[in-house]
Amino acid sequence: MILEGAARIFGNNIDTDLIIAARYLTETNEVELGKNLFKDLRPNFVNEMNKGDIIVAGNNFGCGSSREHAPLAIKGAGISAVIANSFARIFFRNAINVGLPIFVTSENLNSIEEGDKLSINASEGILLNKTKNKTYKFDPYPEFLLNLVQIGGLFNFTKNRLKEVQKNV
Amino acid sequence: MGKTIAEKIFSKHSKKDVKAGDYILANLDIVLVNDITGPLSVIEFQKLGDIKVFDKDKIVIICDHFTPNKDIKSAQNVKMLRNFAKNQNIKHFYEPGHVGIEHVMIPELGLARPGYLIIGADSHTCTYGALNAFSTGVGSTDAGMAMATGDTWFRVPPSFKVEIRGKQKKWISGKDVVLNLIGKIGVEGANYFALEFCGEGLRNLSIDDRFTISNMAIECGGKAGIFNYDEITHQYLESLGINAFDYIEADKDANYEKSITIDLSELDYTVSLPFSPDNTVNVSKLEKTYVDQVVIGSCTNGRLSDLRVAAEILTNKKVKDGLRVIVLPGSPKVYLEALREGLIEKFILAGAAVSTPTCGPCLGGHMGILAEDEVCVSTTNRNFIGRMGHPKSKVILASPAVAAASAITGYITSPEEVM
Repeated sequence: MILEGAARIFGNNIDTDLIIAARYLTETNEVELGKNLFKDLRPNFVNEMNKGDIIVAGNNFGCGSSREHAPLAIKGAGISAVIANSFARIFFRNAINVGLPIFVTSENLNSIEEGDKLSINASEGILLNKTKNKTYKFDPYPEFLLNLVQIGGLFNFTKNRLKEVQKNV
Repeated sequence: MGKTIAEKIFSKHSKKDVKAGDYILANLDIVLVNDITGPLSVIEFQKLGDIKVFDKDKIVIICDHFTPNKDIKSAQNVKMLRNFAKNQNIKHFYEPGHVGIEHVMIPELGLARPGYLIIGADSHTCTYGALNAFSTGVGSTDAGMAMATGDTWFRVPPSFKVEIRGKQKKWISGKDVVLNLIGKIGVEGANYFALEFCGEGLRNLSIDDRFTISNMAIECGGKAGIFNYDEITHQYLESLGINAFDYIEADKDANYEKSITIDLSELDYTVSLPFSPDNTVNVSKLEKTYVDQVVIGSCTNGRLSDLRVAAEILTNKKVKDGLRVIVLPGSPKVYLEALREGLIEKFILAGAAVSTPTCGPCLGGHMGILAEDEVCVSTTNRNFIGRMGHPKSKVILASPAVAAASAITGYITSPEEVM
């Protein structure tokens, strides 16, 4: 899987309230949610970004609430991936479950600037900054998660298991 | 090598001998959703086909965030959940009049027990760790799929030992303990870890203090915040008529990747300043900080003992002119007990507004939204940017005692200053 887009730079501890504020949580559609992505942090963000753009963040991205609306809003706005130094646990889980590609890297991403053209090779674990011709490595998914991602997330995983687990219901 | 409480609970629920780092499927005792996360869960569940939930008695739907419904969309969402509950014959669905905040109600209903494995599509599901359960927040898809299968996937977390020592002075509460912990280790300090609370100081922490501490385990990234079982847990469960369960103890040689000690006798009144729960400071070291609103309630501090503390401080006193004080009992049971004890009367005589049980303003839902540049001192659990309303408003997290004292003076105040 190759993902390409311009870098959109965020810092540390970007919480789920900043990603999608509570007042928009009565919505369940990802495209509608995407219209209010980062509203309180960067009010004009969804107009400035383009489809395919990649979020580059620091530590603890997605901390706070369990709202799955957060990865859905990112996906719904057209962001193709998030790469960060670390993610909050529930956000990480939700992103895997809803099919938003996210990657963890221990490399320092500070030299990437807003708008740099990025390319992510997910299977090889390489992020390329095409503007600055610099590469960064990231950790591949553990085997269990890779299987989950490859079959299309938790829904497909469950659908495959359903006959077995429902026979006792 | 011995096992932690988390490793033992996951071993029991996966019928495997598991250790930290293992990826497993584990059976669940309770699956919880609310009116924000539930609709997404049900949409995903229904895509699986015309099937029944795995156990109609183990699914809990509590519509608490926007209750009583604040607008048409929230009403439509609850209507959808109500229909789902009816069609699936789900036992634990509650309407206004019977509904309160999920994390206050679930222990009250006797649904959380020692040794249980509980998931909830709400990050503060970790609250039931106070009762020696492994309970953790997940997303809507997780909860929706678990409604069908009765299990879900986990990575067994490593554990972080928090040893509690000493005895606290009067008015110091579980909130001061947990804000202090978060301030020390940071909002990411326990990311992916299960916190285990132990030590001789536990005997000085009431069950409500423990609920408050476990509730905020997520604010330092904790996957769970589990307390050792003791006489206090025993008495609480016995008061609910619950006797049948197996509590879980860690082995003496269990492996902890991190550990910290908190001495209760050293704690002072602690608040978290905007915009992060780890931005903590002692009230005595704070410059005079004026507030526009005081909120006492939430899944963190909306229990009877919290209201008792606030009422004791507000008795025969008046809320400062120009200040709004909102008290939100956590459940109908809490509300009724507070009424019978005369607490509600004390709040109203002091000039506070008392709301029906709801999450309300905690997440900027309704019942106390802040305007631009306004400051609120709140017993809730988050002070992120825009959390309680306008992106330029501010929330300061505090205990019920500090919140009530601040209601009298109009600035962040220690209870000793007004008592």
